[in-house]
Amino acid sequence: MSDVVEKTLTALPGLLLSLDSQPGAAKLCATSRLGSLVRSITELTSKNVGEEMAEPPAGPRSPKQMKEIMVRAIYCEMLGYEASFSYIHAIKLAQQGSVLEKRVGYLAVSLFLHESHDLLLLLVNTVLKDLQSTNLIEVCMALTVVSQIFPKDMIPAVLPLVEDKLTHSKEIIRRKAVLALYKFYLIAPNQVQHIHDKFRKALCDKDPGVMTASLHIYLKLIKVCLASNYKDLTDSFVTILKQVVGGKLPVDFNYHSVPAPWLQMQLLRILALLGKEDQRTSEMMYEVLDESLRRAEINHNITYAILYECLKTIYTIHPKSELLEKAAKCIGKFVLSPKINLKYLGLKALTYVVQQDPNLALQHQMTIIECLDHSDPIIKRETLELLYRITNGQNVSVIVEKMLDFLRLSKDEYTTIDLVGKVAELAEKYPFPCSVWFIQTMNAIFSIGGDVMQPDIPNNFLRLLAEGFDSDEEDRQLRLLAVDSYLSLLECDTSGLPQRFLQVISWVLGEFSFLKEGLEPADVVERLGKLLDDDAITTETRCWVLAAMSKLCGSSDALCKAEKVAHKYTSCLDTALRQQAVELELLGRDVDLRTRVLPQHGARNQLEVDSSLSFLDGFVSDALARGAAPYKPPHQRQEELSQEKILNFEPYGLSLPVSLSACSLTDRQSPTALSLSSSLSGNSADPPLKAGSNLLKLEGVKRVWGKQGYLPEKQATEEALAQEPSSIFAPSHQQACSESQQTTFSTIVEQDQEKRQLASSLFVGLGSQNAPCLVRTVAQNLSDSTSEAVPAVGNTEVVEASEVSSLSGGSGPLAQPSSQVERGLESDLPSRLPATLVGLLRSDVEELCSGESLSLSACKVFDADALVLAIFLSNISDSSIQEVSCLISSEQLKVPEMCSTFSVLSFYLNEFVLFSLFVCFSLCLNHLYSEGVAQCQGWEEHLNLGEASLYHSVSPPASCSCRPLPLTTEEYGKMWLSFSHDVKQNLMLLKHEEEDQLEAALTALKEKLCLHIVDVIGAEGIMACQLVSGRPCLLHCHTHGGMLAIWLRSPIADLPDCLLYHCQKAIQER
Amino acid sequence: MVAGSRPTSCRNYRCWIERLNHITESKTLKFALEKTTEDMEQQIIRETFHLVSKRDENVCNFLEGGLLIGGSDNKLIYRHYATLYFVFCVDSSESELGILDLIQVFVETLDKCFENVCELDLIFHVDKVHNILAEMVMGGMVLETNMNEIITQVDAQNKMEKSEEATLGMRVSFVTVYSIAR
Repeated sequence: MSDVVEKTLTALPGLLLSLDSQPGAAKLCATSRLGSLVRSITELTSKNVGEEMAEPPAGPRSPKQMKEIMVRAIYCEMLGYEASFSYIHAIKLAQQGSVLEKRVGYLAVSLFLHESHDLLLLLVNTVLKDLQSTNLIEVCMALTVVSQIFPKDMIPAVLPLVEDKLTHSKEIIRRKAVLALYKFYLIAPNQVQHIHDKFRKALCDKDPGVMTASLHIYLKLIKVCLASNYKDLTDSFVTILKQVVGGKLPVDFNYHSVPAPWLQMQLLRILALLGKEDQRTSEMMYEVLDESLRRAEINHNITYAILYECLKTIYTIHPKSELLEKAAKCIGKFVLSPKINLKYLGLKALTYVVQQDPNLALQHQMTIIECLDHSDPIIKRETLELLYRITNGQNVSVIVEKMLDFLRLSKDEYTTIDLVGKVAELAEKYPFPCSVWFIQTMNAIFSIGGDVMQPDIPNNFLRLLAEGFDSDEEDRQLRLLAVDSYLSLLECDTSGLPQRFLQVISWVLGEFSFLKEGLEPADVVERLGKLLDDDAITTETRCWVLAAMSKLCGSSDALCKAEKVAHKYTSCLDTALRQQAVELELLGRDVDLRTRVLPQHGARNQLEVDSSLSFLDGFVSDALARGAAPYKPPHQRQEELSQEKILNFEPYGLSLPVSLSACSLTDRQSPTALSLSSSLSGNSADPPLKAGSNLLKLEGVKRVWGKQGYLPEKQATEEALAQEPSSIFAPSHQQACSESQQTTFSTIVEQDQEKRQLASSLFVGLGSQNAPCLVRTVAQNLSDSTSEAVPAVGNTEVVEASEVSSLSGGSGPLAQPSSQVERGLESDLPSRLPATLVGLLRSDVEELCSGESLSLSACKVFDADALVLAIFLSNISDSSIQEVSCLISSEQLKVPEMCSTFSVLSFYLNEFVLFSLFVCFSLCLNHLYSEGVAQCQGWEEHLNLGEASLYHSVSPPASCSCRPLPLTTEEYGKMWLSFSHDVKQNLMLLKHEEEDQLEAALTALKEKLCLHIVDVIGAEGIMACQLVSGRPCLLHCHTHGGMLAIWLRSPIADLPDCLLYHCQKAIQER
Repeated sequence: MVAGSRPTSCRNYRCWIERLNHITESKTLKFALEKTTEDMEQQIIRETFHLVSKRDENVCNFLEGGLLIGGSDNKLIYRHYATLYFVFCVDSSESELGILDLIQVFVETLDKCFENVCELDLIFHVDKVHNILAEMVMGGMVLETNMNEIITQVDAQNKMEKSEEATLGMRVSFVTVYSIAR
């Protein structure tokens, strides 16, 4: 790089010379030495020499010289050369120099050192001295350095001095003191707890600058602590904003004749936090928000900045329709602006808003389409983000196509990772326009995402294939398609395919190629074998390929080929690969063993796995008796390593030998344990997969796909999910139509039409009927299908479990439940519960679906030993209904006898609430673990008489079978030791800024999963729960950094795993 | 060339300002991420320079997080003045347009302090640039946005600098001439 530097600086000597001849030269003498340094650096080639140059000349130096040298050192650091030898001198300079040198010293310190640098301790005394100085500038410098960089442990030493400065007569000092305190709050919130009232004083300071500074603190406090503690300040903030907006501040604060814009933005941000989900507080700010919107008329960047902040606030707080209308108009201003920056913000605002109001996206659909073709990739990406938010079952294929197009052009790694994740999520969420589409999309993802994408994408995909969807036939079809497409891929050139993709291919072929009739395993083995010839493929992929081969060598022909390949690797240096090869040979020889370990896919479910590895007990106890160290799972070893230097906070009997089954597959990363070992030690939670590929890390992976579809349903997508499948094909059909039409138009019209078509396919399924629909036929299709599906027979309405999906799907004939009904649901329905159920914990009554005259709602009641589902059918029409028949069926769940008596009911109704039905399930243990999740969803689907997704959101299934287990800490300790099965995992806490992460996390878990919090000690919390059947599970949580380490123990093998999954979900949803 | 401020380790609002010269590779004056190693810093600068420099004139001034600057939480906001790029890295809660104008204020202030600021001023008065920035952004939070106020503060310090030299009796006359010229 030195030659580049040189170019810049060739002009230098001349400049310096000319400066020398000027009167200001004296002032520049320091600079000219820097200049000579700069010059010499340009002539250097190596970094070392650079350091030499910065090295101060030997001998005594005056602070003045030191200052010059320090500036040189700063310059060197800036160039990227390390000048660590000068750090100590920087501190010395700050300590000893006069004011001027001090400034350079402080500057150098704040530039060189980081927060936890040891040398910082040496600075504390200097700072103390300067804080007490009578020279304002020294005090200012000290406060600046304190707010930039200060050791955490030393805060108590300077805190009183900084506090005093809050009452200083100079406002600049007060202002800096406030920011210094803010810094203290950031790094050690506990230590400034006692001065919160002083913050209030700063907020009321007569100098607006000090007040502005204090807003930083309040924004942070409100964000981190509960907003409710600061609701009383809303009034003050509103008043301040009113004054600012009204121009009451001195003219000094104007920027381009806008009064204190940054202050306004800060206030708006605070108001947004305060008014969030709080109607009363929100009402206080409506007026001033309206005023802000009105005032922000001038056409300057900074007014748009305020406007944008204002929009965000309006959409965050409790909605008020008038304001929303105005805000929507403002969003239009942004989106339609020719300025690219504003357009970007407009798209951002739309993305933010679109979940609440999809109609807004419809209004701007043409602009959005234009942005899709914009030359700026950032704008394009933002548009895709927006589209991602409005995706539903009907437009998914178009949107995914757009995203893939973008991905093919993008080279930025971050964008690729992010977008590939999103495409995969969408594809898994809506895998049907058709299976072919799904497979093709996933293939595109794998080949584009390559090896940078998140590892859980291929894992999820494989699991999806392995577990399958609802019907066996569809599963078979899907797998067959996958096999077909991969076989044809293997025929072409495979050298360009990413490793992950090759792994997926080999796994799928190994697992499912038997589904394709007429395909010889030997053929597959041969093709896989060709993969191995390529030098570019990694050892890991080779392992996958060999694993696939071992599954395929059923016939002697295939075996022969496979062994030939494997033989090459039996002497390979890589142990994982060699083991794989040796296993293949062994399994090939022993047919019995092979069928036991690697049965055909269908038979995998019956595979019995001794997950506790009890057959090894004798071996272990022998080894222990001989003095071997007890086994520690890797996570524990790792933790011990990381905690070596700090105190050990793990209280509960860690010294005991930890059970063997604990970590099993979750921690094992290498494929060495494939096949034989993995199928024996595997956790039985997901036997089919475990047996085949232990690289699938299932426990930690967010589960996004269930039998009903995507689990964390978004409101916007629910409607779409319930649509008739036929209408889902509408967009693609539309496109086909449009293509044929286009030929007849002239080019301009054609382009326009193209965009309109694109718009209609992108925005289909959004909003209500009043939304402008550019292509009529799509709507036509929808209403056709719905009108057929709804049987309306006068006053008699038949509600049948299997039919309701169509009933609720059509938006046309549906009457919105009147507010009266809603109120009725809240107040009236629960009172209809039988006396035995009244006092119990129950979920909210939720409306599942409604027709013209009937409405169906349900709630779950958590009885001590059962889950009772209370179903309410109510009449929402004015007239009375003569007869209602109701059919409840459930295949997957055993409905107890009590329910069967209700299965067909006919009776007369004329009252508001028709009847209530109570279905009592005594949940068996299985519902929580082993196939638990799937089963829970299974019955929900049938019982909620309609939109599965709606019902699903009532509460997570886990809480249905969990009950709190009241224990004391001592009891807990005893039980903890006695339980053998445990699982441990670190979960990411999303909200880093929360003050008490642990408590927030525990509360979330408690609420979502019905756990009992036994005790909280410092950064650790212990909780207990039991299943309905009375089997306990203990949790131990511990926060460090942004992570929550959860450790679960239970006497039942799979319970911890299963509960861990739910914990993870609860934390994520929080 | 990168001139800039380091947001220190304050999570909420990390920002650094860089001045990227089209000729030289990027270098930093002040750096943002806590405990980043030297190499990491250089890598971030390079990446940032790479991202920013290849953008056209007629695209937006915002860049969303690369992996190096901390993913989607952070964004780059830059402004291009002739051969200089001023780049701020801020977290997602900051207002984009607000920061754009903050850069404008910063540049205008530099312009006033150096009288027609040019690249060389920024190279040779690294410390002054930092001091100006410290008046505007302190500990990662925007402290002062009023240009006159910033200049007053900076001038107060400069004056002190001069008076100090004066008391030392070094080239008194030159200094006086200089300060009058100001």
